[in-house]
Amino acid sequence: MAGPVGRYPDSTGRRAFRYLLIAAVAVTFVLSLRTAQVDPRLLLDPQALSNVARFVSGALPPRVDREFLAFLVRPIAETVQISVMGMVLAVLIGAPLGLLATSSLTWRGILHERATRAGRVLGGLLPYGLARALLSVFRSIPEYVWAFMFVRAVGLGPFPGVLALGVAYGGMLGKVYSEILEGVNPRPLEALHAAGAGKSGVVLYGLVPEALPHVVSYTLYRWECAIRASAIMGFVGAGGLGQQIELSMRMFQFDEVLTLLAVLLALVGAVDFVSGRVRAKVVG
Amino acid sequence: MVRLAAIPALRWGPWLTAAGVVALVIWSYHGTRVDVATLLSGEALGQIAAYVSKLFPPDLSPRTLRDALDGAVETFAISLIGSVLSVCVAFPLALTATRTILYRGILYEGQRLGPGDRAVRLAVYAVAKSVLAVLRTVPEIVWALIFVFIVGLGPFPGVLALGVHTGGVLGKLFGDVLEDVDPRPLEALQSTGASRLGIVLYGILPQALPQFASYALYRWEVNIRAAAIMGFVGAGGLGQRIHFAISLFHEQQLLTLILAVYLMVTLVDALSAWLRARLV
Repeated sequence: MAGPVGRYPDSTGRRAFRYLLIAAVAVTFVLSLRTAQVDPRLLLDPQALSNVARFVSGALPPRVDREFLAFLVRPIAETVQISVMGMVLAVLIGAPLGLLATSSLTWRGILHERATRAGRVLGGLLPYGLARALLSVFRSIPEYVWAFMFVRAVGLGPFPGVLALGVAYGGMLGKVYSEILEGVNPRPLEALHAAGAGKSGVVLYGLVPEALPHVVSYTLYRWECAIRASAIMGFVGAGGLGQQIELSMRMFQFDEVLTLLAVLLALVGAVDFVSGRVRAKVVG
Repeated sequence: MVRLAAIPALRWGPWLTAAGVVALVIWSYHGTRVDVATLLSGEALGQIAAYVSKLFPPDLSPRTLRDALDGAVETFAISLIGSVLSVCVAFPLALTATRTILYRGILYEGQRLGPGDRAVRLAVYAVAKSVLAVLRTVPEIVWALIFVFIVGLGPFPGVLALGVHTGGVLGKLFGDVLEDVDPRPLEALQSTGASRLGIVLYGILPQALPQFASYALYRWEVNIRAAAIMGFVGAGGLGQRIHFAISLFHEQQLLTLILAVYLMVTLVDALSAWLRARLV
């Protein structure tokens, strides 16, 4: 409550603003309840209850016969592979765009002290703006929508999943990379500059060493998210465990669904563990 | 990395890690049948370019715009109600999944618990923890499938799916906040003779609530994206319309809908950031 207070010096204005905000939230909430057709009675409806019973009795016990488990090896491997290749592509997209979208690299700060105004705008601000816009579009469209479109463009299979992850996560990585780079302590850069280092020298020996651990750590964290995403991208035909979960769900094979979810849980847990260990080493 | 190399015992660590990463990438490269040569030689790029050109120009006829607006409003409603529901799910579970509230720490320094009482509380803690783990491990789209099966098509199963999955995520985050509160105010309260409930109400919660609000708003930003795709399995919103547009090859309508997703996501991000600046 501290920040905005100063902007409303008279307390009646401030109070009126707060009541207005609360009223707006309340109205939005009530309207949203209607739009979302929320009806808790549906949950206690006999039909719903019998559906729950059908789901639970169908899911227990989970299907763990050898044939099914052997069949699962491929979708599991595919899920991991999509996440890895997706992250490789995401770094390839996010790193260059992220560098361009870093204001201290393209048009602001000590690297550009001597640049002319026109040089700054044309050589820096323009690519900077373009890169920002591109990153924003990449990450604002959910990966499933990307996946669906890539399935249409290049056909079914893991490849559209890789492309979708690469584009959507590239957008996120690029934005965060640029934030990390802009947050780097400028003093060592100034020292390098004063010692006569050129632009590339400042970037290579000042910026990169400071930013790298954070960049690696965030990329690994994103990989943890990517394994979840790649596991469900199959819902739109992009391979992996998701495709199998969707199929089993549609065929009402809830015992298979339960096994698949357990496998997903184990997989996500394993990736979190590995990535957490590596992250602790890199940053710690 | 440099620091690691300086420790003799770990000299091989970075190299092993690097080798592991390279092996993983090679294995994945073959498994996903990504063919850089074909991709760059033009066939796949041509396919993508052909598809992209079909998207333009976006369909801006009144009917499509009306449909996109309806979908956007529905998506917004799903994300908002789903987020509120998730807080309602997370709050009680987080309280019961916090050791420092349930059975140890400052609250229990004065009067120790009997062994039976302690066992019951441990069991409650374990149950709440595992419920949270299950809720958040099942992806929201799978929850959506399950709820569509239970209550039928429409935005309501989307709300339930978001509420349940995000409830699990927030429950864990809330629990971490509760365990990390500054103990000094609690000690002060305890020394004035406050009861356990008093310490929780006036010592722990006031410290935790701003963080709760901040996390809830952050998850709302995640949920607007999730709500936009929930419709793929029949849970309303823009996702359902996108699914139709893609399945029926209405590419120009698809672009309009994607623009609507983009606007919606940007709007909620801005709104959430604005609210967060005011609340926290």
